[in-house]
Amino acid sequence: MKAKVYVNLKPGVLDPQGKAIHHSVELLGFAGISDVRQGKYFEIALDGTLGEEQARESVARLAREVLSNPIIEDYRVEIET
Amino acid sequence: MKFGVIVFPGSNCDHDAYHVISKHVGQPVDFIWHRDTDLSSYDAVIIPGGFSYGDYLRAGALARFSPVMNSLKNYARDGGLVLGICNGFQILCEAGLLPGALIRNRDLHFICDHIFVRVDNAETPFTNELTRGAVLRLPIAHAEGNYVCDDATLEELQRDNRIVFRYCDNAGNITAESNPNGSRDNIAGICNHERNVLGLMPHPERACEDLLGSSDGRDIFRSLAATLAITA
Repeated sequence: MKAKVYVNLKPGVLDPQGKAIHHSVELLGFAGISDVRQGKYFEIALDGTLGEEQARESVARLAREVLSNPIIEDYRVEIET
Repeated sequence: MKFGVIVFPGSNCDHDAYHVISKHVGQPVDFIWHRDTDLSSYDAVIIPGGFSYGDYLRAGALARFSPVMNSLKNYARDGGLVLGICNGFQILCEAGLLPGALIRNRDLHFICDHIFVRVDNAETPFTNELTRGAVLRLPIAHAEGNYVCDDATLEELQRDNRIVFRYCDNAGNITAESNPNGSRDNIAGICNHERNVLGLMPHPERACEDLLGSSDGRDIFRSLAATLAITA
C-alpha cells in the first residue's frame, strides 16, 4: 500500500517559480496554457499494518503537520492499495 | 548575563553571532547544539542564519523538529528573549512562535545585498537603544525572505505595533522599490505579542564593524544587552 501526498501553494499565494516556468512555456510556444503552479509530490510507502482509513488519517496528519505549511499550502492525500 | 547561539546542522552564521556577542556585547556566550534541551542558564537565545537541514522541504521546516525546539517554546513562553535571524526567522515562523511564513523571493533570486530598514517599533527588548523611524543599513542574504500572512494577521500585527522593521529607502520612506523580496507591507522583522521573540531577515550580526560596510546592527545587540542589564 502506498500513499501519495500533493502539496500546493494556496490560491492567491504568489508562486514565482510557477510564473518563471509559465514564462518559459510561453517562450517555447506552447498553445492554450494560461498558468503554471508548482507544487510538491510525496510517495510514502506503507507497511500494510494499517487499514485504509487509518492509513489515510495518519498520512493526512503527516501532511498537515510536516509536509505542508498550512499558512501557505494546501495538501491532498491519495491512498493506493 | 549569558547568551546562547543554537546550532543546527547547516547553520552558518552561528560564529558571526557568537563573535558579536563576545566581542561587541562583551558577554559570555555558548553554542547550543540542536540536540541539547537545557536552556535554563541563558538570558537570551539567538537562532542564527544559515541553511538548517539544507532548507529541505521548506526553509526552517525540519529544524522545527529538533529536540532543542520544544525547550525553546517553553523558554519563549516563560518570557526568555529569542532573536531569530534570517533562517532563524524562518524557523520561528515554521515553529509557530511567530505568525506568517517566508516564501520564495518575488523575483526568484537569492539576494545578497545591503538594504535599508526602518525601525517602526523602538519599544521592544531588541530595539530600545534605537529611535522610532531610525534607518539602518543592513545586509540581506536569502532566497526565501518574502513575508506572507493573511489579512487578519496583518491587521493584528499593525494594530499591536508588532512590525518592528520594514524595508525602506535611504531616507526611511516605505516604497515598493525598496522592498527587495516582495514581503507583504515591506515587513523585514516582527515580534510576538509579548515582545520577547523577534525574527528578522536582515543580518545585524554581519553589520557590527565598519570594515564590513556597516555597523548599524550593533544597536540591536546593544538594546538586548541594555534590556538584560535591567532584568538579568
